[in-house]
Amino acid sequence: MANPTITPELIEKHGLSPEEYEKVLSILGREPSFEELGVFSVMWSEHCSYKNSRPELRKFPTTGPSVLVKAGEENAGVIDIGDGWAVAFKIESHNHPSAVEPFQGAATGVGGIIRDIFTMGARPVFLMDSLRFGSIEGESDQARTNRRLFAGVVAGIAHYGNCIGLPTIAGEVYFDESYSGNPLVNAFCLGILRHEQIARGAAEGVGNPVFYVGAETGRDGLAGAAFASRELTEESKADRPAVQVGDPFREKLLLEACLELLATDCVAGIQDMGAAGLTCSTCETASRGGTGVEIDIQLVPQRAKGQTPYEVLLSESQERMLVIVKKGQEDTVKQIFEKWDLPYAEIGVVTDDGQMRVRNGNDVVVDVPARALADDGPLYFREAAPFTPPDPLDLASVPQADPLKILPTLLAHPSIASKRWVWRQYDHMVRTGTAVLPGSDAAVFIVREANKILAASTDCNAVYCKLDPSVGSRIAVAECARNLACSGAVPIGVTDNLNFGNPHKPENFHQLRAAVEGISEGCRAFNVPVTGGNVSLYNESPAGTIDPTPTISMVGLIEDASHITTQAFKEAGDQVFLIGEIGSELGGSHYLLAIHGRKEGAPPEMDFGKEKAVHNALLGIIRKGLVRSAHDCSEGGLAVALAESCFGTAFGASIDLGETGQRVDVDLFNESQGRVVISLSPSNRSFVESELTSSGVPFRFIGTVTADPDLSITSGASVFNWPVANLNDTFEKAIPLLMGA
Amino acid sequence: MRVAVIQFPGSNCDTDCQAALSSFEGVRAEIVWHKETSLAGYDAVVLPGGFSYGDYLRCGSIARFSPIMGAVREVANAGVLVLGICNGFQILCEAGLLPGTLLRNNRLLFRCENLHLRVENSGTPFTSVLHTGQVLEIPIAHGEGNYFADPETLNQMETNGQIVVRYCDASGNVTAEANPNGSLGNIAGICSHGRNVFGLMPHPERACESILGGTDGRGIFQSMIEAVAKLEG
Repeated sequence: MANPTITPELIEKHGLSPEEYEKVLSILGREPSFEELGVFSVMWSEHCSYKNSRPELRKFPTTGPSVLVKAGEENAGVIDIGDGWAVAFKIESHNHPSAVEPFQGAATGVGGIIRDIFTMGARPVFLMDSLRFGSIEGESDQARTNRRLFAGVVAGIAHYGNCIGLPTIAGEVYFDESYSGNPLVNAFCLGILRHEQIARGAAEGVGNPVFYVGAETGRDGLAGAAFASRELTEESKADRPAVQVGDPFREKLLLEACLELLATDCVAGIQDMGAAGLTCSTCETASRGGTGVEIDIQLVPQRAKGQTPYEVLLSESQERMLVIVKKGQEDTVKQIFEKWDLPYAEIGVVTDDGQMRVRNGNDVVVDVPARALADDGPLYFREAAPFTPPDPLDLASVPQADPLKILPTLLAHPSIASKRWVWRQYDHMVRTGTAVLPGSDAAVFIVREANKILAASTDCNAVYCKLDPSVGSRIAVAECARNLACSGAVPIGVTDNLNFGNPHKPENFHQLRAAVEGISEGCRAFNVPVTGGNVSLYNESPAGTIDPTPTISMVGLIEDASHITTQAFKEAGDQVFLIGEIGSELGGSHYLLAIHGRKEGAPPEMDFGKEKAVHNALLGIIRKGLVRSAHDCSEGGLAVALAESCFGTAFGASIDLGETGQRVDVDLFNESQGRVVISLSPSNRSFVESELTSSGVPFRFIGTVTADPDLSITSGASVFNWPVANLNDTFEKAIPLLMGA
Repeated sequence: MRVAVIQFPGSNCDTDCQAALSSFEGVRAEIVWHKETSLAGYDAVVLPGGFSYGDYLRCGSIARFSPIMGAVREVANAGVLVLGICNGFQILCEAGLLPGTLLRNNRLLFRCENLHLRVENSGTPFTSVLHTGQVLEIPIAHGEGNYFADPETLNQMETNGQIVVRYCDASGNVTAEANPNGSLGNIAGICSHGRNVFGLMPHPERACESILGGTDGRGIFQSMIEAVAKLEG
């Protein structure tokens, strides 16, 4: 089949602007071939080049004494955790594929992030996921579609993660109309490695052979990176061939084979074939190595007959790796791939001329400077719209609802309700390290071989981000850190997934910029580097733009097993304290959203100084062994936090907030930040009080854990009483009832 | 004693089983690749959980043809203790070393959670340190654990005491609510007629450390280790 002629229409279809095409011409000094046009198209998509976001991403703090591999250097950042051990972790989106094909879209999102981690030489140890869908309530067509997307995504994550044998130990799921038609699927993976095991994705050593290993290349996922860099439209369903098909079994074999291979001294460089497949892996490895790479398409293992070089180059078939082998070691490499029954082929060689050269037998179909392609892509400084901070909420406009009814309603709101229906489908215990199961503030995982205890949390309240992207992003970082503190952990690093709309629209670009700046401030405040992440723009459907969602995943270390703390109350008679203020901010709250149907007001203030003081004080008393449970106040405020601390126990709680001088609904459901509910043995009360007093954080005694299984909250003269069993029932059954299972 | 933990392509609880077994004194647990053909020198064999061959076609249906399965059959027939957990149980059924089969969970969803099991027969080499009626808390994690056998087989198994553990509630009542997958008679684990082959869907290796939530799985491994010692003693 003859290649089409390069026309302005063809160029536009490849998503290249006339200016970008001019740049292609000046780099090549001639007209590109059809294959080269495809190669530039995917490499210069937002997904691969970050051309719209890179100037902003440079604002992130990315350095620190514990950073072994910096953000952007390789497939994932690497952080030192002591004793010669390190962690590699990253989060990545698979939003667009999941919108058109939820099961495979989500599954391959998980597969892709796992490959990023073992490419670094790390053994993957656990997964997390951050998910967003439109409302799943009601019988509208849209609600049915959203339920189908939700069920499909969860099943896809389960399919891939369970089969490959990695526990999915934490995550978050929110439901909001802004995600109708454009769900968000952000997958996180963490791996562990020795410092000396860090593998590099560079094509080192001129003359070294280039091996292809893993699944055969097929026509699935053609130019998926370019697909991901467009808005979703009614026609996007026709792009279903741009969604890859995952095979977790192949990936399990590939994982084991690559780790076995990396333990030998045969590998000069290794790179997974993710977005932009063979194209991206060859030009990036050459660019990083300061070398060239020459491959022959005809040597690539192929699933279908008659594929064109264009298709093979742009395919995003999953479970494939490119390995640069030290010359002379080929036999060892072959033995390992054969042991694991993996297809492989020697497809090329490292050259010294800096060119990415692709041959189809004797014909050269691509011959471009690798560095120009990988690193000299276009860069845009987009316009950000001026931002007017939202008006504070006028409390007088909010009718006071009955707290007795509000609490169960909030607990049944799908964003707050128990996510057991989700995580019960995930194997969250394989690899026998999960010390705190999903459902608490942060997941805690013991890495036996390293004798280290890790904690991880992922958070983003996008309602706050919609109202004020800067404040919302600051809160996302703070909430992650707070969740870690509640589990007894100190944060060590952050990876972020920036999910936004089309950056050409100035208001969207403002959101991106404000979020990056907010996250940067947060990371500086908690002294953690950003180790990498992912940008997903063009999250728009015919219904509109998603709420800006800068998902934060934070990893922490717990010094000693005795510091592991969970949110559930432990014993009747224990004293309940609130660290932080009673609070008063209802702007952007789920109370306002779920009860009054209003997404408005200014989100809660984020004062990093106060926030950090709370975390430090909490960690101080946890380490002294004084804390029986700790749970942060987030969506739904103090009342929801108290109810959640009763769930899964035989206990209730008797709480008295005293006379606060404000409305009861404000007392119970405000979402002011920097607040943690803790419980402790009565014998430690005076010690804890003196510790908290000397650390200077506000705190108050608010009640007692009771054997009587009722939650009772007194505020001024009002007393509210709920049987915990009823609340728990509402909380647990909400999502299964909606999902019909 | 030496225990072989068979590693099929797609096994993913192999190192978990190895770690759990190694926590017992005097036990050396070794990973044995499925392309091996001999199990000489091993005192017991464990087929761990996972997704052997991706569980494509049908769980365990490809793994039963792995080269090592000839040796597994041979030692099982010779009376060596063989324990199959989750995917290992499915493989043993596919291989005909245990009766019946495991169907898709009745609610069609994968399920991972802590559950209760009641010991139905403490007279097997895998339950000897436990007592009949004892309730264990051990997690499950499977999509196809719905045990099925024809009525005649089931009857024979009941009569022979081959039903070793059933799903129950925290107090030990075998109820429909306590059944996570639709298994006939709440069956969670069964043994062979000769008692030396035991398969169960729950994961005892995940319940061997209090920091991970419980140690009720240890009784199964302890029984197995003591039985081997007795055989050899």
